[in-house]
Amino acid sequence: MEIVDYVNYWIAMLLLVTGLFIVIARGNLVKKLVGLGIFQTSVYLIYISPAKILGATAPIIAPGYTLYSNPLPHVLILTAIVVGVATIALGLALVVRIHEAFGTIEEDAINALAQGDDVE
Amino acid sequence: MMAAAALAIVRTRNLFSVVVVCSHYSFLIASVLLVLDAVDVAMTEASVGAGITTVLMLGTLYLTRGEEAAPMHRPLVPLAVALVTGGLLVYGTLGLPEFGSPESVIHQHVAPRYLEQGPAETGVPNVVTAVLASYRGFDTLGETVVIFTGGVGVIALLRRRRRRRED
Repeated sequence: MEIVDYVNYWIAMLLLVTGLFIVIARGNLVKKLVGLGIFQTSVYLIYISPAKILGATAPIIAPGYTLYSNPLPHVLILTAIVVGVATIALGLALVVRIHEAFGTIEEDAINALAQGDDVE
Repeated sequence: MMAAAALAIVRTRNLFSVVVVCSHYSFLIASVLLVLDAVDVAMTEASVGAGITTVLMLGTLYLTRGEEAAPMHRPLVPLAVALVTGGLLVYGTLGLPEFGSPESVIHQHVAPRYLEQGPAETGVPNVVTAVLASYRGFDTLGETVVIFTGGVGVIALLRRRRRRRED
């Protein structure tokens, strides 16, 4: 077992854990969405790493090259990036609406306001 | 360096600098993807992740406020959850194939067929494009539907606001 074989995955795991921590621990809604973005990029890294073959080129067929990296994960991640930006756009629109309804984008303050409404 | 950027995002409380660091992070991951031979993905990430997402976030900050409040309680439980998840995932990586080997399982299945037959069957030398637009055209259609739904959702959320302001 070579450590080099796993460094990529471990960096991806570190990023994933960081993203997860931001999403759970930070109260600010914009910050949560940034954390979600980091989470997503770590998944890109997990998918793209196995596709790489040492000594291969990008999967564009050209004379003179015989070894290409695996194109399939690239396609999947292209789709994932675009879906991710749609998710973030929708989330940010929700944040704007929440800011208008409550006047804040902090989770704790929103919870306090919502409970105050229930009491009244 | 990417990890440093991610940790900076955790620490920073000014949301404007968070967005700037996030854009920088996106660009870094695009460079990493380029090194891993995923040129199409790197291009998309650089334009979408570092470009459009940053613009969207800055727009949101303009409409809301730019400072994050200090956390009210210590983040011990989330930290524990994150660390346990990380430990389990690192344990899981030990079963993954070694990096960069052409004998890995994922290089044995449909990928060689795409690489050998793709240009002849679709006439596109870029195999990623061929798979995206031709072999998996329905997936791409579904992806477009997702973006369309997202766009409709954003418009619906933000239009309601404008109407209320007119009332």
